[in-house]
Amino acid sequence: MEAVTFFIAALIAVAGACGVVFLKNPVHAALSLVATLFGVAIHFINLEAYFLAAVQVIVYAGAIVILFLFVIMLLGVDRAEDIQSDPIIGQRQLALLATAGLLILGIFIALAFSGEVTGVPPIEAQQSTFDGGLAIDSGSISKGVPPEQNIKEIGRALFSTRYVFALEITALLLTIGVVGAVVLTRRSKSELEPIPVVEPPALMRNSEGEIELALNEDEQSPIEETIDPPVEDLPNEEVEVNGE
Amino acid sequence: MTFAMAIGTEYYLALSALLFTIGAGGLLVRRNPLIMFMCIELMLNAANLAFVSFGKEMNDLGGQLSVLFVLVVAAAEVVIGLAIVVAVMRRRPKASIDEVSVLRG
Repeated sequence: MEAVTFFIAALIAVAGACGVVFLKNPVHAALSLVATLFGVAIHFINLEAYFLAAVQVIVYAGAIVILFLFVIMLLGVDRAEDIQSDPIIGQRQLALLATAGLLILGIFIALAFSGEVTGVPPIEAQQSTFDGGLAIDSGSISKGVPPEQNIKEIGRALFSTRYVFALEITALLLTIGVVGAVVLTRRSKSELEPIPVVEPPALMRNSEGEIELALNEDEQSPIEETIDPPVEDLPNEEVEVNGE
Repeated sequence: MTFAMAIGTEYYLALSALLFTIGAGGLLVRRNPLIMFMCIELMLNAANLAFVSFGKEMNDLGGQLSVLFVLVVAAAEVVIGLAIVVAVMRRRPKASIDEVSVLRG
């Protein structure tokens, strides 16, 4: 059962990753990235990292990809990119070579773990932190641990003396990120244009001398009936003013 | 072919290597800065997968905690990176990384 889940999720993840790289439209690439993130989340469940699976879906698929989509829509760069053009000569071939080498290296590292290379963890890694060892709570991620136990262990470890300083630095990093984003995207004051003042629709006199709203000429506005009947001596006043 | 075969750590590591490679290749090939950021996310996810599988292999919670920190750093990185992209694209609307070869707006 674990094998079936693994291969299905691996297929989803790899297909999504290929979609990110090969799809031309950035929106489609972002949606492929969601597929990959879901595949990795399934792997996390398979590896009994339940909390991380939930965080993966919520933070990555729910926040980061949405942020990508926001920026794509904000900049209007959702047009297709010309993948075929090759600005740097031989770039694609070199990239293929480099990635092939990287893949071979990774597969060899994976194969190195197929034997008993990892073996038994060192004795200090088996001891809990509370006993002076390196392991947070050894045995907590063994077989058949219920999800709430996993979350509880992560919470306890995160606020233990071993990780709490890193946690605080992480909070500082997030604060710096927020401030940096605001500073980077803020326009300077000289570039700001004044907000155009929208004038209220003025009452105008049409060719028949009737007072009506200037902006909506087609529709019969109910305001027209409430207005007092047109003052007949207004043109005369104008004439008098001109005469003086 | 039996489906009862045990999926060991090496399977996850191979998948992690494959995902990382696809992300690295995309980072080298693509020109759109947004897609390059997505490829970086792919590589971070591959690293996360390796962290969790190693954590299970070593029976240690440290792998999962590392993933948590990587996640936060990735979120901060995306925020700053996209802010830079927005600031650059506002002046040069052409969406290509070649446009920003000079390190100033």
